Amino acid sequence: MRRILAILMENEPGSLSRIVGLFSQRAFNIESLTVAPTDDNSLSRMTIATKGDDKVLEQIVKQVNKLIDVIKITDITDRKHIERELLLVKVGAMNDKTRTEVTRITEIFRGNIIDIGKQVYTVQLTGNAEKLNAFIDALQNETEIIETARSGCVGMARGDKALRV
Amino acid sequence: MTTELFTGAEMVVKSLSALKVKYIFGYPGGSVLDIYDAIFQQDEIEHILVRHEQAATHMADGYTRATGEVGVVLATSGPGATNCVTGIATAYYDSIPMVVLAGQVASSLIGNDAFQETDIVGCTRPIVKHSFNCRSLADIPDAISKAFYLASTGRPGPVVIELPKNILTPDNKGPFSINTDVKMRSYNPNIKGHPKQIKKAAQAIASAKKLVVYSGGGIVIADAAELLTTLVETLKAPITNTLMGLGGISGTHKQFVGMLGMHGSLEANKSMANADVILALGARFDDRVTNNVEKFCPNATIIHVDIDPTSISKTINAHIPVVGLVEIVMQQLLDELKEINFTPDEAAFSQWWQQINLWRAVKSNSYEQNIGDKIKPQRVVEAMYKITKGEAYVCSDVGQHQMFAAQYYPFAKPRQWINSGGLGTMGFGLPAAMGVKLAFPDKHVICITGDGSIQMNIQELSTCSQYNLSVVIVTLNNRSLGMVRQWQDMVYGGRHSSSYMESLPDFVKIAEAYGHVGIQIDSLDELDEKLTQAFNIKDRLVFVDVMVDENEHVYPMQIRTGAIDEMWLKKGVKS
Repeated sequence: MRRILAILMENEPGSLSRIVGLFSQRAFNIESLTVAPTDDNSLSRMTIATKGDDKVLEQIVKQVNKLIDVIKITDITDRKHIERELLLVKVGAMNDKTRTEVTRITEIFRGNIIDIGKQVYTVQLTGNAEKLNAFIDALQNETEIIETARSGCVGMARGDKALRV
Repeated sequence: MTTELFTGAEMVVKSLSALKVKYIFGYPGGSVLDIYDAIFQQDEIEHILVRHEQAATHMADGYTRATGEVGVVLATSGPGATNCVTGIATAYYDSIPMVVLAGQVASSLIGNDAFQETDIVGCTRPIVKHSFNCRSLADIPDAISKAFYLASTGRPGPVVIELPKNILTPDNKGPFSINTDVKMRSYNPNIKGHPKQIKKAAQAIASAKKLVVYSGGGIVIADAAELLTTLVETLKAPITNTLMGLGGISGTHKQFVGMLGMHGSLEANKSMANADVILALGARFDDRVTNNVEKFCPNATIIHVDIDPTSISKTINAHIPVVGLVEIVMQQLLDELKEINFTPDEAAFSQWWQQINLWRAVKSNSYEQNIGDKIKPQRVVEAMYKITKGEAYVCSDVGQHQMFAAQYYPFAKPRQWINSGGLGTMGFGLPAAMGVKLAFPDKHVICITGDGSIQMNIQELSTCSQYNLSVVIVTLNNRSLGMVRQWQDMVYGGRHSSSYMESLPDFVKIAEAYGHVGIQIDSLDELDEKLTQAFNIKDRLVFVDVMVDENEHVYPMQIRTGAIDEMWLKKGVKS
């Protein structure tokens, strides 16, 4: 089952390698991983999308928590949460028909065309993984996908719940 | 008034002094010469020069296991640091506190594949509790005090500190201060067991009819043997120890049913398999204990007490997990049992003990030694037990001799039995024994080893000469890699692939070449006398090379893929 883990950790050199190393060392799955400093520059916030049964997930959470740099880890999957991912996609825009279709699909998905070339459009879209996948499928039916870049998901619990020190 | 300024190298030594370090185990080299220079110019800390960095880590490790103090290792960058890797892993898998100071090339060269550069923090990442890269002078005292704190608290373990040459040299100086009262927002091990879990555990214990206590290395590390004994005597239940937990209760205590696991006693494994409640204290359900996890103790309610939450429900699901320091949790349990006026169910326990005594009567730890036979290795261990009155520190290497020592030398106290249980590191025994002897020069310190293991760090005989470490080395010499050979006999159709040593040296001459005493024992009738003679020599290292029966196997032995209590009792005889 797919799980989203939010991790708050010391923003120290090597912290990321400890997490990544742990996942490979113990044969845990990483679907995506994003990390950046938080509003407090001494902290990094990481979101990991992973897969595993309950027993594996319990070990992942405990093992990550055991790393000295990690301050908190929480599995946000089961409670109400927001999940977002950023997609940049470069698509062929060779003729009017394709350009119109790409623009229309982008509007439907509430994306933005953020750059144009002679024969290409670059589109930005945010949403959860499912929405991004659907968008790519829709584009694929109309034009050639030249390049995609996805950020991996970031997530946060809804409401008053906060992950902080 | 001007503040006194220090080099990074001086700060390293001053930090260690502030933490009351007595010994550094190490080997010099280019990147750490400034530290060696600083060590030379003080006399609070003694440096012990080994002959190979791996031995430095094991020596520090042995010192720590015997004393409880954090062991300190110093090695140069590159090969010096990588030679420490096996020793760091050994400490990690047995939860031994250790601080390894590793040199590094100058910061400006890091990443350039410079001479003697390795990313030692990267190399050791999966086998350390934590590590530090120092990048400036000011980082040094902080990293060292944090390293000691991390290494010695919670579940202990090794910590590596990387020190680039440029922050150690006299080119940079700074003021020195160290805070030894460390607090870290990201590290707060749970100390006390959750009261609700304690209540649940006490209730499960109170309703048990076939209770067994299963304790491990956590008891030894926590120095909680007395408390464990009190608890076990209150519970009136049988107790078994893991290989790492031996000495956690006296090996001659009437409630002790022996070691459990792969080469454990039948009664220990049977008690586990038939228990209705298992109280696991500072043990981790290692695969060398459980055998097939699918068949593990199906009827037992498992109470698992451990400081490390990752150990709980990792291999075996715990019904009542308790996270906390084992000595604190045991006291909480005792208090709770008093609170609920606990008395063991006498009728049930009397039946339980009757059953256990039947298993005991099988005498699964037994062997046959007839006059005229080659010496049986078990007989050698028994002789050592008698001669040293069971009071020696016994440091083991890895293999058959390790199991014979665990089975035939009942340890009265914790920290008396020192072996590489988790990683199973051959070459551990001699340097570990040297570390123990350094700490306790007046005690008998035995290195029990084999003709394979001893050769993995035999160069340390030279260190023993230098520091007059009068260890008694007893090699159970079967002219082969005994445990490998045993598996080949049992599982691989008797094909002895590379387990035979065709060119063994004359160990007596080797010992003598280093200035030690060498004794060879060939036959049973000279065993006791010559061993006694060896232990009577107090001021010199004695290397006793005992020719033992090469065909002897370690029994009992769990049958692969079977339940915990499915064992070979001897050749062709199942439990």
